[in-house]
Amino acid sequence: MAGKLEATRDAYGRALLYLGEHNPEVVVLDADLSKSTKTAVFAAKYPARFFNIGISEADLIGTACGFALAGLKPFASTFAIFATGRAYDQVRNSVAYPHLPVVIAATHAGLTVGPDGGSHQSLEDIALMRVLPHMQVWVPADGEEAYQMIIAAAKEEGPVYVRLGRQPVPAVSPPGYNFVPGQAMRFGEAGDVALIACGVMVSEAMKTAEALREQGVSASVINMSSIKPLDTAMLDRVAAECKLLVTIEEHQKAGGLGSACLEHLALHSARPPVLLIGVDDRFGQSGEPLELLGHYGLTAEQMFLRIRASLEQFSV
Amino acid sequence: MNTILLKEKAQEMRCLIMESIAEAGSGHPGGSLSLAEVMSYLYFYEANLHESDPLWPERDRIILSKGHAAPVLYAALACKGYLPISEVRTLRKLGSRLQGHPDMRKLPGVEMSTGSLGQGLSIANGLALGLRLQRKENRVFVILGDGELQEGQVWEAALTAAHYRLNNLTAVIDNNGLQIDGLTADVKSLQPLAEKWQAFGWQTVTVDGHSYHDLYRGFHTERDERPLVIIARTVKGKGVSYMEHVADWHGKAPSKEQCKEYLEKSGGEDNGR
Repeated sequence: MAGKLEATRDAYGRALLYLGEHNPEVVVLDADLSKSTKTAVFAAKYPARFFNIGISEADLIGTACGFALAGLKPFASTFAIFATGRAYDQVRNSVAYPHLPVVIAATHAGLTVGPDGGSHQSLEDIALMRVLPHMQVWVPADGEEAYQMIIAAAKEEGPVYVRLGRQPVPAVSPPGYNFVPGQAMRFGEAGDVALIACGVMVSEAMKTAEALREQGVSASVINMSSIKPLDTAMLDRVAAECKLLVTIEEHQKAGGLGSACLEHLALHSARPPVLLIGVDDRFGQSGEPLELLGHYGLTAEQMFLRIRASLEQFSV
Repeated sequence: MNTILLKEKAQEMRCLIMESIAEAGSGHPGGSLSLAEVMSYLYFYEANLHESDPLWPERDRIILSKGHAAPVLYAALACKGYLPISEVRTLRKLGSRLQGHPDMRKLPGVEMSTGSLGQGLSIANGLALGLRLQRKENRVFVILGDGELQEGQVWEAALTAAHYRLNNLTAVIDNNGLQIDGLTADVKSLQPLAEKWQAFGWQTVTVDGHSYHDLYRGFHTERDERPLVIIARTVKGKGVSYMEHVADWHGKAPSKEQCKEYLEKSGGEDNGR
Protein backbone atom coordinates (compact mmCIF):
# COMPACT_ATOMS: atom_id res chain seq x y z
CA MET A 1 0.00 0.00 0.00
CA ALA A 2 2.74 2.45 0.91
CA GLY A 3 3.49 4.57 -2.15
CA LYS A 4 6.46 6.77 -2.83
CA LEU A 5 7.33 9.34 -0.23
CA GLU A 6 7.06 13.06 -0.89
CA ALA A 7 6.45 16.00 1.40
CA THR A 8 3.49 18.10 0.28
CA ARG A 9 5.72 21.18 0.39
CA ASP A 10 7.95 19.59 -2.27
CA ALA A 11 4.91 18.95 -4.44
CA TYR A 12 4.04 22.63 -3.96
CA GLY A 13 7.42 23.59 -5.43
CA ARG A 14 6.80 21.28 -8.40
CA ALA A 15 3.36 22.72 -8.99
CA LEU A 16 4.69 26.28 -8.90
CA LEU A 17 7.12 25.38 -11.68
CA TYR A 18 4.21 24.17 -13.76
CA LEU A 19 2.26 27.35 -13.07
CA GLY A 20 5.31 29.46 -13.79
CA GLU A 21 5.41 28.04 -17.27
CA HIS A 22 1.69 27.88 -17.99
CA ASN A 23 0.16 30.81 -16.13
CA PRO A 24 1.89 34.19 -16.56
CA GLU A 25 -0.43 35.75 -13.97
CA VAL A 26 1.06 33.71 -11.15
CA VAL A 27 3.40 35.54 -8.78
CA VAL A 28 4.90 34.06 -5.63
CA LEU A 29 5.66 35.83 -2.37
CA ASP A 30 7.56 34.56 0.62
CA ALA A 31 8.73 35.85 3.98
CA ASP A 32 12.34 34.69 4.16
CA LEU A 33 11.48 30.99 4.26
CA SER A 34 11.65 30.23 0.56
CA LYS A 35 14.07 27.34 0.94
CA SER A 36 11.80 25.69 3.50
CA THR A 37 8.49 26.44 1.80
CA LYS A 38 9.99 25.42 -1.58
CA THR A 39 9.04 28.67 -3.26
CA ALA A 40 12.79 28.99 -3.89
CA VAL A 41 12.29 26.47 -6.70
CA PHE A 42 10.02 28.98 -8.45
CA ALA A 43 12.27 31.92 -7.53
CA ALA A 44 15.26 30.32 -9.22
CA LYS A 45 13.42 29.88 -12.51
CA TYR A 46 11.13 32.93 -12.48
CA PRO A 47 12.99 35.57 -10.46
CA ALA A 48 10.98 38.49 -11.88
CA ARG A 49 7.77 36.97 -10.56
CA PHE A 50 9.09 36.11 -7.11
CA PHE A 51 9.02 38.63 -4.27
CA ASN A 52 10.75 38.08 -0.98
CA ILE A 53 9.01 40.33 1.52
CA GLY A 54 11.42 39.52 4.32
CA ILE A 55 10.52 38.56 7.86
CA SER A 56 7.24 40.43 7.92
CA GLU A 57 4.21 38.21 7.52
CA ALA A 58 1.59 40.95 7.88
CA ASP A 59 3.28 42.79 5.03
CA LEU A 60 3.52 39.53 3.07
CA ILE A 61 -0.23 39.01 3.11
CA GLY A 62 -1.00 42.68 2.43
CA THR A 63 1.40 42.81 -0.50
CA ALA A 64 -0.18 39.67 -1.94
CA CYS A 65 -3.56 41.45 -1.79
CA GLY A 66 -2.12 44.30 -3.84
CA PHE A 67 -0.98 41.87 -6.53
CA ALA A 68 -4.50 40.46 -6.63
CA LEU A 69 -5.88 43.99 -7.09
CA ALA A 70 -3.47 44.40 -10.01
CA GLY A 71 -5.14 41.39 -11.68
CA LEU A 72 -2.43 38.87 -10.88
CA LYS A 73 -2.61 35.53 -9.07
CA PRO A 74 -0.51 35.71 -5.92
CA PHE A 75 0.65 32.69 -3.93
CA ALA A 76 1.85 33.76 -0.47
CA SER A 77 3.92 31.32 1.53
CA THR A 78 5.39 31.05 4.98
CA PHE A 79 4.97 28.58 7.85
CA ALA A 80 1.34 27.86 8.75
CA ILE A 81 1.83 29.20 12.26
CA PHE A 82 2.77 32.65 10.91
CA ALA A 83 0.43 32.81 7.91
CA THR A 84 -2.61 32.11 10.03
CA GLY A 85 -1.56 33.44 13.42
CA ARG A 86 0.85 36.32 12.96
CA ALA A 87 -1.08 37.70 10.00
CA TYR A 88 -4.63 36.75 11.02
CA ASP A 89 -6.08 40.23 10.82
CA GLN A 90 -4.53 40.74 7.39
CA VAL A 91 -5.96 37.44 6.18
CA ARG A 92 -9.36 38.26 7.62
CA ASN A 93 -9.71 41.90 6.65
CA SER A 94 -7.58 42.23 3.52
CA VAL A 95 -7.96 38.77 1.94
CA ALA A 96 -11.21 37.15 3.04
CA TYR A 97 -13.40 40.22 3.62
CA PRO A 98 -12.79 41.68 0.16
CA HIS A 99 -12.83 38.18 -1.34
CA LEU A 100 -9.48 38.53 -3.09
CA PRO A 101 -8.01 35.62 -5.06
CA VAL A 102 -4.99 35.17 -2.83
CA VAL A 103 -3.68 31.64 -2.30
CA ILE A 104 -2.11 31.16 1.10
CA ALA A 105 0.06 28.08 0.69
CA ALA A 106 1.38 27.51 4.18
CA THR A 107 3.91 24.84 5.00
CA HIS A 108 5.20 23.21 8.20
CA ALA A 109 1.70 22.66 9.56
CA GLY A 110 0.96 20.34 12.44
CA LEU A 111 3.03 18.28 14.86
CA THR A 112 5.13 16.77 12.09
CA VAL A 113 7.21 19.95 11.89
CA GLY A 114 9.11 18.09 14.55
CA PRO A 115 12.11 19.45 16.45
CA ASP A 116 11.28 23.16 16.03
CA GLY A 117 8.78 22.58 18.81
CA GLY A 118 5.47 23.93 20.01
CA SER A 119 6.02 27.54 18.97
CA HIS A 120 6.23 26.41 15.36
CA GLN A 121 3.70 23.58 15.30
CA SER A 122 0.50 25.02 13.94
CA LEU A 123 -2.37 23.07 15.47
CA GLU A 124 -5.01 25.78 15.13
CA ASP A 125 -4.74 26.90 11.51
CA ILE A 126 -7.63 24.86 10.11
CA ALA A 127 -9.89 26.32 12.78
CA LEU A 128 -8.69 29.87 12.20
CA MET A 129 -9.08 29.69 8.44
CA ARG A 130 -12.33 27.80 8.13
CA VAL A 131 -14.30 30.29 10.24
CA LEU A 132 -13.55 33.02 7.70
CA PRO A 133 -16.33 33.61 5.16
CA HIS A 134 -15.15 33.20 1.53
CA MET A 135 -12.07 31.20 2.58
CA GLN A 136 -11.62 27.68 1.24
CA VAL A 137 -9.50 25.25 3.27
CA TRP A 138 -7.71 22.36 1.60
CA VAL A 139 -5.41 19.81 3.23
CA PRO A 140 -3.64 17.43 0.84
CA ALA A 141 -2.95 13.85 1.88
CA ASP A 142 0.04 13.33 -0.37
CA GLY A 143 2.29 14.94 -2.96
CA GLU A 144 0.03 14.22 -5.91
CA GLU A 145 -2.98 15.77 -4.21
CA ALA A 146 -0.94 18.79 -3.12
CA TYR A 147 0.21 19.28 -6.69
CA GLN A 148 -3.33 19.16 -8.00
CA MET A 149 -4.58 21.49 -5.30
CA ILE A 150 -2.04 24.15 -6.22
CA ILE A 151 -3.01 23.94 -9.88
CA ALA A 152 -6.69 24.11 -8.86
CA ALA A 153 -6.08 27.03 -6.49
CA ALA A 154 -4.70 29.12 -9.35
CA LYS A 155 -8.11 28.88 -11.03
CA GLU A 156 -10.12 30.00 -8.01
CA GLU A 157 -11.64 33.47 -7.96
CA GLY A 158 -11.51 33.81 -4.19
CA PRO A 159 -9.10 33.03 -1.36
CA VAL A 160 -7.79 29.54 -0.66
CA TYR A 161 -5.79 28.24 2.28
CA VAL A 162 -3.68 25.18 1.46
CA ARG A 163 -2.16 23.39 4.45
CA LEU A 164 1.16 21.78 3.56
CA GLY A 165 3.59 19.70 5.55
CA ARG A 166 7.31 19.29 6.03
CA GLN A 167 7.34 15.54 6.59
CA PRO A 168 7.50 13.20 3.56
CA VAL A 169 4.26 11.20 3.33
CA PRO A 170 3.45 8.07 1.31
CA ALA A 171 1.40 8.42 -1.85
CA VAL A 172 -2.21 7.41 -1.25
CA SER A 173 -3.99 8.97 -4.23
CA PRO A 174 -5.01 6.36 -6.81
CA PRO A 175 -3.82 6.65 -10.41
CA GLY A 176 -5.92 9.14 -12.32
CA TYR A 177 -7.09 10.87 -9.13
CA ASN A 178 -8.49 14.32 -9.77
CA PHE A 179 -8.89 16.77 -6.88
CA VAL A 180 -12.14 18.70 -6.92
CA PRO A 181 -12.93 21.23 -4.15
CA GLY A 182 -15.73 19.89 -1.98
CA GLN A 183 -15.22 16.27 -3.05
CA ALA A 184 -13.86 13.70 -0.64
CA MET A 185 -12.31 10.41 -1.71
CA ARG A 186 -13.32 7.13 -0.13
CA PHE A 187 -10.97 4.16 0.13
CA GLY A 188 -12.61 0.80 0.69
CA GLU A 189 -16.21 -0.35 0.91
CA ALA A 190 -18.72 1.06 3.36
CA GLY A 191 -18.37 -0.72 6.66
CA ASP A 192 -18.98 -0.54 10.38
CA VAL A 193 -16.29 2.09 10.91
CA ALA A 194 -15.63 5.15 8.79
CA LEU A 195 -12.32 6.93 9.32
CA ILE A 196 -12.48 10.51 8.09
CA ALA A 197 -8.99 11.97 7.95
CA CYS A 198 -7.01 14.72 6.31
CA GLY A 199 -3.38 15.49 5.53
CA VAL A 200 -0.62 13.30 6.86
CA MET A 201 -3.19 11.37 8.92
CA VAL A 202 -4.81 9.79 5.85
CA SER A 203 -2.00 7.29 5.33
CA GLU A 204 -1.96 6.60 9.07
CA ALA A 205 -5.73 6.05 9.02
CA MET A 206 -5.28 3.53 6.20
CA LYS A 207 -3.01 1.47 8.41
CA THR A 208 -5.59 1.67 11.20
CA ALA A 209 -8.32 0.53 8.82
CA GLU A 210 -6.14 -2.37 7.75
CA ALA A 211 -5.64 -3.41 11.37
CA LEU A 212 -9.40 -3.21 11.98
CA ARG A 213 -10.13 -5.36 8.96
CA GLU A 214 -7.64 -7.93 10.19
CA GLN A 215 -9.75 -8.11 13.35
CA GLY A 216 -12.87 -8.63 11.28
CA VAL A 217 -14.17 -5.07 11.58
CA SER A 218 -15.12 -3.56 8.24
CA ALA A 219 -13.69 -0.08 7.86
CA SER A 220 -13.27 2.52 5.15
CA VAL A 221 -11.12 5.63 5.01
CA ILE A 222 -12.34 8.97 3.70
CA ASN A 223 -9.78 11.54 2.64
CA MET A 224 -11.65 14.73 3.52
CA SER A 225 -9.04 16.95 1.96
CA SER A 226 -11.45 19.75 1.21
CA ILE A 227 -12.46 20.85 4.68
CA LYS A 228 -14.15 23.90 3.27
CA PRO A 229 -16.20 23.38 1.22
CA LEU A 230 -16.93 20.14 3.07
CA ASP A 231 -18.22 17.13 1.17
CA THR A 232 -21.50 16.97 3.06
CA ALA A 233 -23.00 14.45 0.65
CA MET A 234 -20.20 12.03 1.45
CA LEU A 235 -20.63 12.76 5.14
CA ASP A 236 -24.37 12.05 4.99
CA ARG A 237 -23.76 8.81 3.15
CA VAL A 238 -21.08 7.66 5.54
CA ALA A 239 -23.10 8.62 8.61
CA ALA A 240 -26.03 6.60 7.34
CA GLU A 241 -23.91 3.53 6.65
CA CYS A 242 -21.44 3.21 9.50
CA LYS A 243 -21.84 2.40 13.17
CA LEU A 244 -18.90 4.44 14.37
CA LEU A 245 -17.54 7.53 12.72
CA VAL A 246 -13.99 8.59 13.52
CA THR A 247 -12.38 11.89 12.56
CA ILE A 248 -8.59 12.08 12.53
CA GLU A 249 -6.42 15.16 12.24
CA GLU A 250 -3.02 16.50 13.13
CA HIS A 251 -4.67 19.59 14.63
CA GLN A 252 -6.54 20.64 17.75
CA LYS A 253 -9.72 18.65 18.16
CA ALA A 254 -11.48 21.94 18.71
CA GLY A 255 -12.36 23.73 15.53
CA GLY A 256 -10.76 21.42 13.00
CA LEU A 257 -11.92 18.65 10.67
CA GLY A 258 -13.82 16.83 13.40
CA SER A 259 -15.65 19.98 14.42
CA ALA A 260 -16.52 20.73 10.81
CA CYS A 261 -18.01 17.25 10.40
CA LEU A 262 -19.93 17.44 13.67
CA GLU A 263 -21.33 20.86 12.81
CA HIS A 264 -22.86 19.33 9.73
CA LEU A 265 -24.03 16.15 11.49
CA ALA A 266 -25.43 17.90 14.57
CA LEU A 267 -29.04 17.59 13.48
CA HIS A 268 -28.53 14.39 11.54
CA SER A 269 -31.21 11.95 12.67
CA ALA A 270 -29.14 8.83 12.00
CA ARG A 271 -25.87 10.15 13.39
CA PRO A 272 -23.64 7.37 14.71
CA PRO A 273 -21.33 7.96 17.67
CA VAL A 274 -18.41 10.15 16.60
CA LEU A 275 -14.90 9.69 17.98
CA LEU A 276 -12.72 12.76 17.50
CA ILE A 277 -9.02 12.03 17.27
CA GLY A 278 -6.65 14.96 17.29
CA VAL A 279 -4.56 17.03 19.67
CA ASP A 280 -6.57 17.56 22.81
CA ASP A 281 -6.20 21.17 23.91
CA ARG A 282 -2.43 20.99 24.26
CA PHE A 283 0.51 22.65 22.55
CA GLY A 284 3.13 20.66 20.72
CA GLN A 285 6.76 20.23 21.67
CA SER A 286 10.13 19.27 20.21
CA GLY A 287 10.67 15.74 18.98
CA GLU A 288 10.94 13.75 15.79
CA PRO A 289 7.73 13.75 13.71
CA LEU A 290 6.83 10.11 14.28
CA GLU A 291 7.81 10.32 17.95
CA LEU A 292 5.44 13.26 18.30
CA LEU A 293 2.55 11.45 16.62
CA GLY A 294 3.10 8.70 19.18
CA HIS A 295 3.30 11.10 22.10
CA TYR A 296 -0.02 12.69 21.12
CA GLY A 297 -1.75 9.37 20.42
CA LEU A 298 -1.89 9.70 16.67
CA THR A 299 -0.13 6.57 15.42
CA ALA A 300 -2.09 3.92 13.54
CA GLU A 301 -1.76 1.46 16.41
CA GLN A 302 -2.90 3.93 19.07
CA MET A 303 -5.87 4.91 16.96
CA PHE A 304 -6.74 1.25 16.44
CA LEU A 305 -6.81 0.68 20.19
CA ARG A 306 -9.02 3.70 20.80
CA ILE A 307 -11.40 2.72 18.06
CA ARG A 308 -11.63 -0.83 19.39
CA ALA A 309 -12.44 0.56 22.83
CA SER A 310 -15.15 2.76 21.33
CA LEU A 311 -16.61 -0.17 19.46
CA GLU A 312 -16.87 -2.06 22.73
CA GLN A 313 -18.32 0.97 24.50
CA PHE A 314 -21.04 1.33 21.90
CA SER A 315 -21.45 -2.45 21.50
CA VAL A 316 -20.82 -2.35 17.78
CA MET B 1 -4.83 73.83 -11.91
CA ASN B 2 -8.15 75.56 -11.21
CA THR B 3 -7.97 76.21 -7.49
CA ILE B 4 -11.37 77.89 -7.46
CA LEU B 5 -12.96 74.69 -8.72
CA LEU B 6 -10.96 72.59 -6.28
CA LYS B 7 -12.01 74.80 -3.37
CA GLU B 8 -15.62 74.41 -4.42
CA LYS B 9 -15.21 70.64 -4.52
CA ALA B 10 -13.60 70.60 -1.08
CA GLN B 11 -16.43 72.69 0.30
CA GLU B 12 -19.03 70.42 -1.28
CA MET B 13 -17.23 67.42 0.17
CA ARG B 14 -17.22 68.98 3.66
CA CYS B 15 -20.96 69.50 3.40
CA LEU B 16 -21.45 65.87 2.35
CA ILE B 17 -19.22 64.67 5.20
CA MET B 18 -21.28 66.61 7.75
CA GLU B 19 -24.57 65.57 6.21
CA SER B 20 -23.74 61.88 5.91
CA ILE B 21 -22.33 61.53 9.42
CA ALA B 22 -25.12 63.58 11.02
CA GLU B 23 -27.67 61.42 9.24
CA ALA B 24 -25.89 58.22 10.29
CA GLY B 25 -25.59 59.37 13.89
CA SER B 26 -22.05 57.99 14.05
CA GLY B 27 -18.83 58.16 12.10
CA HIS B 28 -15.53 60.00 11.95
CA PRO B 29 -15.77 63.67 11.01
CA GLY B 30 -12.40 64.97 12.25
CA GLY B 31 -10.11 62.88 10.05
CA SER B 32 -12.50 63.14 7.11
CA LEU B 33 -12.60 66.93 7.17
CA SER B 34 -8.81 67.17 7.42
CA LEU B 35 -8.55 65.37 4.05
CA ALA B 36 -10.97 67.50 2.00
CA GLU B 37 -8.20 69.36 0.16
CA VAL B 38 -5.99 66.28 -0.32
CA MET B 39 -8.90 64.25 -1.69
CA SER B 40 -10.28 66.99 -3.91
CA TYR B 41 -6.76 67.59 -5.25
CA LEU B 42 -6.34 63.87 -6.02
CA TYR B 43 -9.80 63.21 -7.45
CA PHE B 44 -10.19 66.43 -9.44
CA TYR B 45 -6.65 67.26 -10.48
CA GLU B 46 -3.78 64.87 -9.89
CA ALA B 47 -5.07 61.34 -10.44
CA ASN B 48 -5.80 60.05 -13.91
CA LEU B 49 -9.44 58.99 -13.55
CA HIS B 50 -12.33 58.40 -15.92
CA GLU B 51 -15.17 60.87 -15.79
CA SER B 52 -17.84 58.21 -15.45
CA ASP B 53 -16.26 54.76 -15.11
CA PRO B 54 -14.75 54.12 -11.67
CA LEU B 55 -13.30 50.81 -12.91
CA TRP B 56 -11.55 52.20 -16.01
CA PRO B 57 -8.45 49.99 -16.35
CA GLU B 58 -6.09 52.89 -17.05
CA ARG B 59 -6.98 54.76 -13.87
CA ASP B 60 -4.53 55.67 -11.17
CA ARG B 61 -5.35 53.88 -7.92
CA ILE B 62 -6.19 55.68 -4.71
CA ILE B 63 -6.25 53.58 -1.53
CA LEU B 64 -7.59 55.07 1.67
CA SER B 65 -5.63 53.19 4.29
CA LYS B 66 -7.22 55.20 7.10
CA GLY B 67 -10.58 53.63 6.29
CA HIS B 68 -12.43 55.41 9.09
CA ALA B 69 -12.26 58.54 6.90
CA ALA B 70 -14.74 56.76 4.59
CA PRO B 71 -17.08 59.81 4.52
CA VAL B 72 -14.51 61.91 2.65
CA LEU B 73 -13.96 59.06 0.18
CA TYR B 74 -17.70 58.70 -0.43
CA ALA B 75 -17.98 62.48 -0.78
CA ALA B 76 -15.20 62.47 -3.38
CA LEU B 77 -16.78 59.59 -5.30
CA ALA B 78 -20.19 61.32 -5.15
CA CYS B 79 -18.74 64.64 -6.36
CA LYS B 80 -17.01 62.69 -9.10
CA GLY B 81 -20.38 61.34 -10.17
CA TYR B 82 -19.60 57.72 -9.36
CA LEU B 83 -22.62 57.53 -7.07
CA PRO B 84 -25.71 59.70 -6.63
CA ILE B 85 -25.11 62.61 -4.24
CA SER B 86 -28.19 61.68 -2.24
CA GLU B 87 -26.76 58.21 -1.54
CA VAL B 88 -24.31 59.67 0.99
CA ARG B 89 -27.26 59.84 3.37
CA THR B 90 -27.35 56.04 3.49
CA LEU B 91 -23.94 55.98 5.21
CA ARG B 92 -23.68 53.22 7.84
CA LYS B 93 -27.25 52.05 7.28
CA LEU B 94 -28.35 48.46 6.78
CA GLY B 95 -28.04 47.45 3.15
CA SER B 96 -26.07 50.56 2.16
CA ARG B 97 -23.15 50.44 -0.25
CA LEU B 98 -21.59 53.04 2.02
CA GLN B 99 -20.33 50.86 4.85
CA GLY B 100 -18.89 52.35 8.02
CA HIS B 101 -15.50 51.54 6.57
CA PRO B 102 -14.96 51.23 2.79
CA ASP B 103 -15.98 47.94 1.17
CA MET B 104 -14.67 47.46 -2.36
CA ARG B 105 -17.17 44.68 -3.05
CA LYS B 106 -20.12 46.96 -2.36
CA LEU B 107 -19.14 50.25 -3.96
CA PRO B 108 -17.28 50.62 -7.28
CA GLY B 109 -14.63 53.30 -6.87
CA VAL B 110 -13.49 51.95 -3.54
CA GLU B 111 -10.15 50.43 -4.57
CA MET B 112 -9.66 48.33 -1.44
CA SER B 113 -11.61 47.42 1.64
CA THR B 114 -9.90 49.10 4.56
CA GLY B 115 -10.62 49.92 8.16
CA SER B 116 -8.25 47.82 10.20
CA LEU B 117 -5.40 50.31 10.35
CA GLY B 118 -1.89 49.82 9.09
CA GLN B 119 -2.63 47.63 6.07
CA GLY B 120 -3.02 50.03 3.15
CA LEU B 121 0.65 50.63 2.44
CA SER B 122 1.39 46.90 2.02
CA ILE B 123 -1.55 46.65 -0.37
CA ALA B 124 -0.42 49.73 -2.30
CA ASN B 125 3.04 48.18 -2.57
CA GLY B 126 1.66 44.96 -4.03
CA LEU B 127 -0.48 46.94 -6.45
CA ALA B 128 2.48 49.09 -7.53
CA LEU B 129 4.65 45.99 -7.96
CA GLY B 130 1.91 44.21 -9.89
CA LEU B 131 1.31 47.15 -12.21
CA ARG B 132 5.04 47.55 -12.80
CA LEU B 133 5.40 43.82 -13.55
CA GLN B 134 2.74 44.21 -16.24
CA ARG B 135 4.51 47.32 -17.59
CA LYS B 136 1.55 49.51 -16.79
CA GLU B 137 1.99 53.21 -16.16
CA ASN B 138 -0.81 53.66 -13.61
CA ARG B 139 0.31 55.38 -10.42
CA VAL B 140 -0.68 54.32 -6.93
CA PHE B 141 -1.60 56.77 -4.19
CA VAL B 142 -2.19 55.68 -0.61
CA ILE B 143 -3.46 57.86 2.22
CA LEU B 144 -2.46 57.07 5.77
CA GLY B 145 -3.32 58.71 9.06
CA ASP B 146 -0.53 59.86 11.32
CA GLY B 147 -1.88 57.90 14.29
CA GLU B 148 -2.01 54.91 11.96
CA LEU B 149 1.77 55.05 11.72
CA GLN B 150 1.86 53.52 15.20
CA GLU B 151 0.93 50.23 13.52
CA GLY B 152 4.07 48.16 12.96
CA GLN B 153 2.97 46.84 9.58
CA VAL B 154 3.32 50.34 8.13
CA TRP B 155 7.05 50.18 8.79
CA GLU B 156 7.35 46.66 7.37
CA ALA B 157 5.72 48.03 4.24
CA ALA B 158 7.90 51.14 4.25
CA LEU B 159 10.94 48.86 4.02
CA THR B 160 9.34 46.87 1.22
CA ALA B 161 8.51 49.95 -0.88
CA ALA B 162 12.05 51.27 -0.55
CA HIS B 163 13.61 47.86 -1.23
CA TYR B 164 11.66 47.44 -4.45
CA ARG B 165 12.21 51.10 -5.45
CA LEU B 166 8.54 51.77 -5.97
CA ASN B 167 8.68 55.15 -7.63
CA ASN B 168 5.19 54.62 -9.06
CA LEU B 169 3.92 54.87 -5.49
CA THR B 170 3.11 57.99 -3.47
CA ALA B 171 2.02 57.87 0.15
CA VAL B 172 0.23 60.81 1.74
CA ILE B 173 0.16 61.18 5.49
CA ASP B 174 -2.76 63.11 6.92
CA ASN B 175 -0.64 64.68 9.63
CA ASN B 176 -3.31 66.28 11.79
CA GLY B 177 -1.50 65.40 15.01
CA LEU B 178 -4.52 63.96 16.77
CA GLN B 179 -5.84 60.48 17.47
CA ILE B 180 -8.75 59.15 19.51
CA ASP B 181 -7.10 59.48 22.89
CA GLY B 182 -5.49 62.86 22.23
CA LEU B 183 -2.35 64.27 20.68
CA THR B 184 -0.19 61.74 18.86
CA ALA B 185 2.67 63.45 20.65
CA ASP B 186 1.14 62.39 23.97
CA VAL B 187 -0.21 58.95 23.04
CA LYS B 188 2.91 57.71 21.24
CA SER B 189 5.14 60.22 19.56
CA LEU B 190 5.98 59.86 15.87
CA GLN B 191 8.70 62.48 15.78
CA PRO B 192 10.96 63.06 14.02
CA LEU B 193 8.52 61.98 11.32
CA ALA B 194 10.20 63.08 8.08
CA GLU B 195 13.56 61.78 9.27
CA LYS B 196 12.03 58.36 9.97
CA TRP B 197 10.76 58.05 6.42
CA GLN B 198 14.05 59.30 5.02
CA ALA B 199 15.90 56.75 7.08
CA PHE B 200 13.55 54.07 5.71
CA GLY B 201 14.65 54.99 2.18
CA TRP B 202 11.87 57.32 1.05
CA GLN B 203 11.82 60.67 -0.68
CA THR B 204 10.10 62.96 1.76
CA VAL B 205 8.33 66.28 1.37
CA THR B 206 6.28 68.20 3.91
CA VAL B 207 3.44 70.39 2.69
CA ASP B 208 0.47 72.38 3.95
CA GLY B 209 -2.30 69.85 3.37
CA HIS B 210 -4.90 72.56 2.95
CA SER B 211 -3.02 74.50 0.24
CA TYR B 212 -3.47 73.32 -3.34
CA HIS B 213 -0.28 75.03 -4.46
CA ASP B 214 1.65 73.32 -1.72
CA LEU B 215 0.03 69.96 -2.51
CA TYR B 216 1.02 70.47 -6.14
CA ARG B 217 4.60 71.14 -5.04
CA GLY B 218 4.58 67.92 -3.00
CA PHE B 219 3.06 65.69 -5.65
CA HIS B 220 5.37 67.10 -8.30
CA THR B 221 8.55 66.55 -6.34
CA GLU B 222 11.23 65.51 -8.81
CA ARG B 223 11.26 61.74 -8.45
CA ASP B 224 14.23 59.45 -8.23
CA GLU B 225 14.11 55.68 -7.72
CA ARG B 226 12.56 55.94 -4.29
CA PRO B 227 8.93 55.91 -3.21
CA LEU B 228 7.64 59.34 -2.21
CA VAL B 229 5.88 60.27 1.01
CA ILE B 230 4.05 63.57 1.29
CA ILE B 231 3.60 64.63 4.88
CA ALA B 232 0.52 66.81 4.65
CA ARG B 233 0.23 69.05 7.68
CA THR B 234 -3.48 69.29 8.32
CA VAL B 235 -5.99 70.43 10.89
CA LYS B 236 -8.28 67.76 12.25
CA GLY B 237 -11.89 68.87 11.79
CA LYS B 238 -10.80 71.56 9.32
CA GLY B 239 -13.58 73.88 8.22
CA VAL B 240 -15.96 73.25 11.10
CA SER B 241 -14.83 75.80 13.69
CA TYR B 242 -15.72 73.89 16.86
CA MET B 243 -14.24 70.63 15.56
CA GLU B 244 -10.84 72.03 14.60
CA HIS B 245 -7.95 70.68 16.70
CA VAL B 246 -10.35 68.78 18.97
CA ALA B 247 -9.61 65.07 19.39
CA ASP B 248 -13.11 64.39 20.70
CA TRP B 249 -14.46 64.96 17.19
CA HIS B 250 -12.43 62.01 15.90
CA GLY B 251 -15.34 59.63 16.13
CA LYS B 252 -18.38 61.65 17.21
CA ALA B 253 -21.24 62.63 14.92
CA PRO B 254 -22.52 66.19 14.76
CA SER B 255 -26.21 66.58 15.61
CA LYS B 256 -28.66 67.25 12.82
CA GLU B 257 -29.00 70.79 14.14
CA GLN B 258 -25.24 71.31 14.01
CA CYS B 259 -25.22 69.94 10.48
CA LYS B 260 -28.08 72.20 9.39
CA GLU B 261 -26.32 75.20 10.86
CA TYR B 262 -23.11 74.28 9.05
CA LEU B 263 -24.86 73.80 5.72
CA GLU B 264 -26.65 77.14 6.05
CA LYS B 265 -23.45 78.94 6.94
CA SER B 266 -21.46 77.30 4.15
CA GLY B 267 -24.10 77.68 1.49
CA GLY B 268 -24.20 73.90 1.03
CA GLU B 269 -27.34 72.24 -0.21
CA ASP B 270 -29.27 69.97 2.04
CA ASN B 271 -29.60 67.03 -0.27
CA GLY B 272 -32.12 65.05 1.66
CA ARG B 273 -34.74 67.58 2.58
